[in-house]
Amino acid sequence: MRFQFKTSYEQDIRLFEDRRQAARYALLLALAVALPFLIDDYFLGEATNVLIWAIAGLGLMLLTGQAGQVSLGHSAFMALGCYACVLMMNAGVSFVLAFPLAGIVTGLAGALIAIPAMKLHGVYLAIATLALAILADDIIVLTAPWTGGVAGLYAPPIDILGVTVDRWSTPDLYWWMVLAVAVLVTLAYVNILRSATGRAFAAVRDSEISAQAMGVNVARTKTIAFGLSCAITGLGGALMGLFAGAFNNETFTFLISIQLVMMIVVGGLGFIQGAFLGAVVIAFLPQALSLATDALGRGVAIPGLEAGVFGALLIAFVLFEPTGLWGRWLKIKTWLELFPFARRDMFRRQRSYLKTERLR
Amino acid sequence: MSLLQLSDVTLKFGGLTAVAGLSLAVEEGEVFALVGPNGAGKSTVFNLVSRFYTPASGRITFAGQDLLRLAPHDVPALGIARTFQNIELFQQSTVLQNLLVGRHRHRRTTLAEQLFHLPSVRGEEREHRHAVEEVIDFLDLQPYRDARIAGLPYGVRKVVELGRALASKPRLLLLDEPASGLSVEETQNMRWWIADIRRHMGITVMMVEHDMGLVGKVSDRVLALADGRRLAEGTPAEVQAHPAVIAAYLGTAAPSKAAGGRVA
Amino acid sequence: MDVLQLLVSGLANGCVYGLVALGFVLIYKATEAVNFAQGDFMMLGAFVTLAFVNPEYFGLNFWLALPLVFLVMGLFGYLVDRTVLRFVFGQSQTAIIILTIALGFVLRFAVGAIWGHEPQNLQSPLRLGDLRAGGVVLGLADVAVILVTAILTLVLWQFFQRTKLGLAMQAASQNQMAAYYMGIPVRRVQGFVWALAGIVAAVAGILYASKGAIDPNAGFIGIKAFAAAVIGGFGSLPGALAGGLIVGLIEPFAARYLPPGWSQVAPYALLIAVLLFRPHGLFAQVRAKKV
Repeated sequence: MRFQFKTSYEQDIRLFEDRRQAARYALLLALAVALPFLIDDYFLGEATNVLIWAIAGLGLMLLTGQAGQVSLGHSAFMALGCYACVLMMNAGVSFVLAFPLAGIVTGLAGALIAIPAMKLHGVYLAIATLALAILADDIIVLTAPWTGGVAGLYAPPIDILGVTVDRWSTPDLYWWMVLAVAVLVTLAYVNILRSATGRAFAAVRDSEISAQAMGVNVARTKTIAFGLSCAITGLGGALMGLFAGAFNNETFTFLISIQLVMMIVVGGLGFIQGAFLGAVVIAFLPQALSLATDALGRGVAIPGLEAGVFGALLIAFVLFEPTGLWGRWLKIKTWLELFPFARRDMFRRQRSYLKTERLR
Repeated sequence: MSLLQLSDVTLKFGGLTAVAGLSLAVEEGEVFALVGPNGAGKSTVFNLVSRFYTPASGRITFAGQDLLRLAPHDVPALGIARTFQNIELFQQSTVLQNLLVGRHRHRRTTLAEQLFHLPSVRGEEREHRHAVEEVIDFLDLQPYRDARIAGLPYGVRKVVELGRALASKPRLLLLDEPASGLSVEETQNMRWWIADIRRHMGITVMMVEHDMGLVGKVSDRVLALADGRRLAEGTPAEVQAHPAVIAAYLGTAAPSKAAGGRVA
Repeated sequence: MDVLQLLVSGLANGCVYGLVALGFVLIYKATEAVNFAQGDFMMLGAFVTLAFVNPEYFGLNFWLALPLVFLVMGLFGYLVDRTVLRFVFGQSQTAIIILTIALGFVLRFAVGAIWGHEPQNLQSPLRLGDLRAGGVVLGLADVAVILVTAILTLVLWQFFQRTKLGLAMQAASQNQMAAYYMGIPVRRVQGFVWALAGIVAAVAGILYASKGAIDPNAGFIGIKAFAAAVIGGFGSLPGALAGGLIVGLIEPFAARYLPPGWSQVAPYALLIAVLLFRPHGLFAQVRAKKV
């Protein structure tokens, strides 16, 4: 185990704990930048898909992992981000402007919806957002003159300062673009976490009552969390729609919301790394499953298998590893560092007794 | 003018009157204790001051300001900090982060500045950290700085909660049973801290406590409550000797036993 | 006269929503867990009945099969509580919400794997055909559904008022700690509540399957039942039923009188309106949390 000797407050405010950690992440980034030279276009496309999911997941992670609020309606905000971006691009706004604007529009819409919704506690919020996700489908159909309804829309070509970024002809450019967005979003995420707002999120998540007693405006904090979360998810949605090339009312169903939830739980609630790990699982599980069924000699796809396995996986994680893959990794790391001195109860989960959320 | 003043405050939960026409005044710079049997309405008084409850009638003012016009999250901005009877810390955060939340009312930077982590944010964080480190030194919390609350022993959590309230640099500190569940040594520490908080930091302390030993040693004035009503007020010794107080605790008048030691 | 038709079919749908919502609220009241899989419980109940009754499976007499169905579904509910929910006892609601959603996915998969994904018809004695009188066509199945729901409501009401277990459930739902101190085995009572929710789900499933075909995705009507539960006020059993009826009635009338496309929106629009203006439902009362 390496002990850190801290000599200034800066060390806790900085992005990375120490040089080693900074170097590790620099290496990871370098690897990501070099990825187009390392793998073929098909896998690069898959990797781009993973990264887009991760961006959308980061949005939900901020809300659920950091501020402790459940949303089953983030697919609606992905749709909003996507339609906002594409409609602006179709109206002649350049992608460079339309993309961040789409994020801002989605964030504002999210905050606006949050103002009444955040008065609601856990269950109510979950149901209200679920209703929103289902409504999104109908609203897209009802506003068909703009959204194309069932017929959908085709994604216009992306043009960044004269350079055309296309999934098929320039997959490497597309990857770098998504990578840049992912890095920027992650930075903003970290910046929020190391500020008063990030601490207010955690305060609201862990104890609303004492957050209030410390002067945290709970409703406002939740609204900010919801707005920021929706903005990030909206960016993810815009990228997803553009990447898919065409989308309609059924592209962003409420099942996408649930997939996002699964993603962050499996990856590790409350960890940025968790969103990325979860995205990898979500993206590659279907492939792994089809490989497995092939190997078993069935040859035929079992309908609904994917959803079933996702469900089982999720149950397993909630029951046995609620900190997700990243939490598990941290435990393994600690165990290895302490070897052979790790004690079992170091990793024991704290049992807390029912704290009623019901108002009485 | 008193720092905190409750005048004729009444609070009802359905048919139950939790606080009945209670008036009290806490003066700047004193340690004021509320005592009384379980269910006397002591914590309820704190929750009224924190604005978690709204009284049916009466007035509550702090330094001349009408508290009843504020939302709960606006109360700390006036300089009122509190602890809870059943510790309410942020379980998943570290001690340091918990204490930093105490600084919430002193934040100045906007969300946009924080998103880009501008130098202003960095400067502010450094200041908060400095203030928090002073509290950590004062309460000897150095060994636990980066530990998560979830794994800490009860006694330490109690101190962290005190620290979180102190980090906000309040004018009035509300302590809800600061010594409950603490060992003899821990209670001793708590006693010294409370004395220092008043003497060196100039913070007015109002506390609810069952440990009459602690109350007797640190408080200037004591108010005894029973069934949401005032029983007696005065120095610790006066209140302890008051027949109505003894009757409230023991049911009948049985003098010598109740004096000193722990009651209830 | 088609108002009557709309009324009856709306009420019949509403009964199913209401019963699912009832199961939902039962569990919420007693354990503070939110069973997002209650709709899938209903679907499972329908399929279990189908397996006992339909000639291509066991082909039992319907009335003979009924107690068996209740036994299986009650046991299922009890076991879900015992094996899965026990682990997250006392954890955040987020965990429970995610857990039960995942449970729904697994149930849907399991049912699909066992009985297939094709819609199937339950051989239910409630399939009675239509009653035609003077231009009005009433589905007798709809009428039967309404009657059965009314009877079940009465039985449940008596159960909560009269039986020891029912009273224990009420007590446990009102104050777990106090109930525990009064000698009520709260954990075990919670298991029974899940069992009861399983049985109610089975009834809802049978009623649902009596009105049309059933497939593994039928559980998605659970979403409308959540809307119903919220509209009725989450903590109230009669509220849940009433909310179900409201949602059930809105649908056909919105389809009839609103422009196309709006009928699906209507229940959720109502849900959101209720959340905005009466966040704790039309029939609930709220008090502040004690600290």
